[in-house]
Amino acid sequence: MSIDILDWKSERDADGIHWLILDKQDSATNVLSVSILEQLDALLDEIERELPRAVVIRSGKRSGFIAGADVNEFLDVSNTQEAMIMVKRGQKLMNRIEKLSCTTVALIEGFCMGGGTELALACDYRIALDEDSTRIGLPEVKLGIHPAYGGVVRATRLVNPQHSLEMMLSGRALRPRQARKIGLVDLVQPRRQLERAARQVALKPPARQKMPWLGRLLSLPGIRHLLASYMRSQVARKAPRQHYPAPYAILDLWASFCGDRRRMMEEEAHSVSRLIQGNKVRNLIRVFFLQTRLKGLGDKKAFQPQHVHVIGAGTMGGDIAAWCALRGFQVTLQDREAKYLGNAFKRAHALFAKRIRDTAARNAAIDRLIPDVAGDGVARADVVIEAIYENTEAKHAIYREIEPRMKPGAVLATNTSSIPLEELATVLVEPDRLVGIHFFNPVAMMPLVEIVRTESSSPETIERAIAFTQHIGKLPLPVRSSPGFLVNRILMPYLVEAFFLYDEGVAPEAIDKAATDFGMPMGPVELADTVGLDICQSVAQNLSQAFAIELPKGLKAFVDSKKLGKKSGRGFYQYKKGKPIKDRDADLGDQKVIQARLLGRFLNEAVACLQEAIVDDRDLLDAGVIFGTGFAPFRGGPLNHAAQEGVDTVLASLQGLEANHGERFKAVDGWSMLAD
Amino acid sequence: MASSTKKYAKPVYLVDGARTPFIKAMGKPGPFKHADLGINASRSLLLRQPFAPGDIDEVIFGATMPGPDEANLARVVALRLGCGDQVPAYTVQRNCASGMQALDNAAMSIASGRSNLVLAGGIEAMSHAPLLLHPRMVAWLGDWWSAKTIGQRFRVLGGFSPRLLKPVIALLKGLTDPVVGLNMGQTAEQIAWRFDISREAMDQFSVDSHMKLHQAQQSGELQEVSPMYDAGGNVYEHDNGVRPDSSLEKLARLRPAFDKPYGLVTPGNSSQITDGAAALVLASEAAVKQHDLPVMGRLVSTEWAALTPAEMGLGPAHAIAPLLKSLRLKVEDIDYWEINEAFAAQVLAVMAALNDTAYCREQLGLRGRVGEIPLEKLNVHGGAVAIGHPVGASGARIVLHLARVLEQKGASRGVASLCIGGGQGGAMLIERDVA
Repeated sequence: MSIDILDWKSERDADGIHWLILDKQDSATNVLSVSILEQLDALLDEIERELPRAVVIRSGKRSGFIAGADVNEFLDVSNTQEAMIMVKRGQKLMNRIEKLSCTTVALIEGFCMGGGTELALACDYRIALDEDSTRIGLPEVKLGIHPAYGGVVRATRLVNPQHSLEMMLSGRALRPRQARKIGLVDLVQPRRQLERAARQVALKPPARQKMPWLGRLLSLPGIRHLLASYMRSQVARKAPRQHYPAPYAILDLWASFCGDRRRMMEEEAHSVSRLIQGNKVRNLIRVFFLQTRLKGLGDKKAFQPQHVHVIGAGTMGGDIAAWCALRGFQVTLQDREAKYLGNAFKRAHALFAKRIRDTAARNAAIDRLIPDVAGDGVARADVVIEAIYENTEAKHAIYREIEPRMKPGAVLATNTSSIPLEELATVLVEPDRLVGIHFFNPVAMMPLVEIVRTESSSPETIERAIAFTQHIGKLPLPVRSSPGFLVNRILMPYLVEAFFLYDEGVAPEAIDKAATDFGMPMGPVELADTVGLDICQSVAQNLSQAFAIELPKGLKAFVDSKKLGKKSGRGFYQYKKGKPIKDRDADLGDQKVIQARLLGRFLNEAVACLQEAIVDDRDLLDAGVIFGTGFAPFRGGPLNHAAQEGVDTVLASLQGLEANHGERFKAVDGWSMLAD
Repeated sequence: MASSTKKYAKPVYLVDGARTPFIKAMGKPGPFKHADLGINASRSLLLRQPFAPGDIDEVIFGATMPGPDEANLARVVALRLGCGDQVPAYTVQRNCASGMQALDNAAMSIASGRSNLVLAGGIEAMSHAPLLLHPRMVAWLGDWWSAKTIGQRFRVLGGFSPRLLKPVIALLKGLTDPVVGLNMGQTAEQIAWRFDISREAMDQFSVDSHMKLHQAQQSGELQEVSPMYDAGGNVYEHDNGVRPDSSLEKLARLRPAFDKPYGLVTPGNSSQITDGAAALVLASEAAVKQHDLPVMGRLVSTEWAALTPAEMGLGPAHAIAPLLKSLRLKVEDIDYWEINEAFAAQVLAVMAALNDTAYCREQLGLRGRVGEIPLEKLNVHGGAVAIGHPVGASGARIVLHLARVLEQKGASRGVASLCIGGGQGGAMLIERDVA
């Protein structure tokens, strides 16, 4: 059987080095699809027939080495046996490369992820390009699985398991020098020396890298069981086992079988085949695709802003300015007086210190963020973001003053969350240039930004706002201008239901547990405390006017007595060093009912938004809710979850709740849209 | 002897300028290094210009002691300002007049037709002046590194003494004249003695400097100052060495700092050690037209002069006299004066010297005295005694502020001058068309 080699270039040079260059046809990035692995298998036949002095594997694409396995192919896997076949085939191929009796070198430029890293690990040497675009990682846990082409086995035998496990458990991608430091790669070289280095290593192979003594010590029986159980407890803080089994599977695999390589390989395959069962992996892949979809919106090339002017140096404005400076923009930050900018600069410096290690690059970010009380930046800005306090007159005054000074084609954006854009646009000569670019707090942590359009905003303005959001590395979600937009709108009834439960005497701990057990990253009570109860109240009032939402009384009492949540040290919880003190012995009540009530309101509101076309389709709705609220990612979004649970089941639950707890649980009409 | 002064061959326009607040050094490195100060002075200045940073032809900054990692400080500032790779930049050093020297270089470059648009100014982070190893310690380290055998090492080790560890304070070295062996304060004592300047006169002059600065800060007359923010979010809005509560009684209590115990010059009547920077945009006629730039004034002529290092404080007299003479101007023709207050005694001595027929004849080669500079026209918003004297920056600061004063008062002609450690003086005449 012969196979067409379409995606690999295979050539042997005069020195006897065999270059295998992966350049996937009709694709911007390389992925390890089944077909590409089969081609590689065939190429190995050829190489083994006439052994070269060395094999160097590299990418033919500037974008990166290999971005990982072909995620689409995962979706075709429907049972354990199919998974086993796929995994075994990959393992066999990697073993073949490892066993080649000539020297093998992986030359890594740009992204090297998942299967790509596993391929590199099967080579004798790894050389990485010393540029900021290089990233090496094993991010499989993000899809609910773990490396399965021998990646867990090889990574933990090459690199001190402390580091290799941490890398796999977090799914974090390493920069080239970090990878060198832990021994994941042998060499880090600038582009000008990359090929020469590969050639020299191929022809005169240096001594192979060995696991450092500390790593060998930590791999000993007993010691490794202790380390694994410590790491399990660390993982448990962020990802409970019931929802996220993959990291635990990695630790179990390593702790149980690390001493026996062959067995560990076998168990690695079994473990992944088990994980791939059920909806979780499927849903996480859905989240990955949703993210890819948001990342693909708009055209970055069509609008390339250089300068961002931010008006309002409060927490939101200041953090937006700092984020834009971090992402390479020239940023001017304006407020009424110089003294109001101090806190913004403090936070910006802290952000830069955390995110940028290189001193020169950090200085550059500091240099890009310019205090501008006079507002001189308006005339230079491609994007002006207004983020002052929520007051229509004040915003109007600013718009009137800046509009004549703005460059033609510059975008005027507001970060308002509660004032209708239509009302704000009335003072503009060109109302079509106004768009909402709604960031979430904390700006640096929240990946989503809502792009709010009105009837009057021009398609160009929306396109530019989306492109700008892409340039700053956030996920744009186009939404219709409607109170609360999407994220706050859906969150509010859920938070309000938590306040009702509290008023009825349910312990905050019980309410939050019901939510986190479902998979929310944080319970609604703690979330409200974190956001600030005064802010919750104002958003709730704003929305209750628009949608006739019934408000519980308890919240007002907290705000009136200045118990505003985390920021004031007291809200529903008491706070100590920014952490809530929770009563471990709190009465958990009927968790099932609590969960049903919280979720019922959440899902019902999500469907209402679908019905009102706040976003264009179901997928965008799920995407917005996942990236905007952290909604249990392994459930694939509220609409996806409702569909998986069965619309009838959810409706029945809502009916029951309506009977017991009132009108607010009445199913909205939109559910009929989901019935198909 | 200085050569006969000539005006710049073509008009050199002062378009705009800005400076940082001058921050008092607190005995340890301050929050801003040299380049940080240069950037803080320049970036909001460039932001409000109609041209892009890349349109600038060259960047010139003066500084006396740039940090070891930014030897060509001006180039570091230019790059970090976003002028782009292709804008050349260099750093000049003429001690206390480095900032003025940068302006003179820029003006000459524009006058010769080489450049049309120049960013020039001065920078000094005095609090970042390094502590140096004693040369004997450096020699010892050299021996240690070249010692190969255990025996050699032991021998070198034997030569070590804790005295070698005593650091050399670069700032003190910089403020001491290496030729005559006097520190700057002692040269001020020298000329105070020569012109019989009393302690009371020095202290009164200093109190006035603080009062004038405080007044100007309160009424918002220092518009050229743009605020800075450090990593802790602290806001630096004003020159923070100002003492609104300064008084003759308080200053009288201070002890002499240089000629102990009988001297007259105290920290209270000397300029303050500070960090700061000032930046100006200078342009040719063509650039003014091309970018439709506003004009604050014109740099007309600059005079440099030298004298004995022991009396360096009289440098301004030696520069001002030929400047006025060559332009056929009298003291009365000058509307406002900025003479840098390195020491109160030194400014008073300069005024005394210019008004002293004997000194003008014997030392300045004139037929008679130059004249009396009226106190009310001198340093109208205070000087370095209150504001501080970040050595390399002051020359640029006084020229910029003089232009602001002319603008505010609707006046047309001013002279900025300063004394220069090592025995020199510089003076610059600027003019402004009065509508």
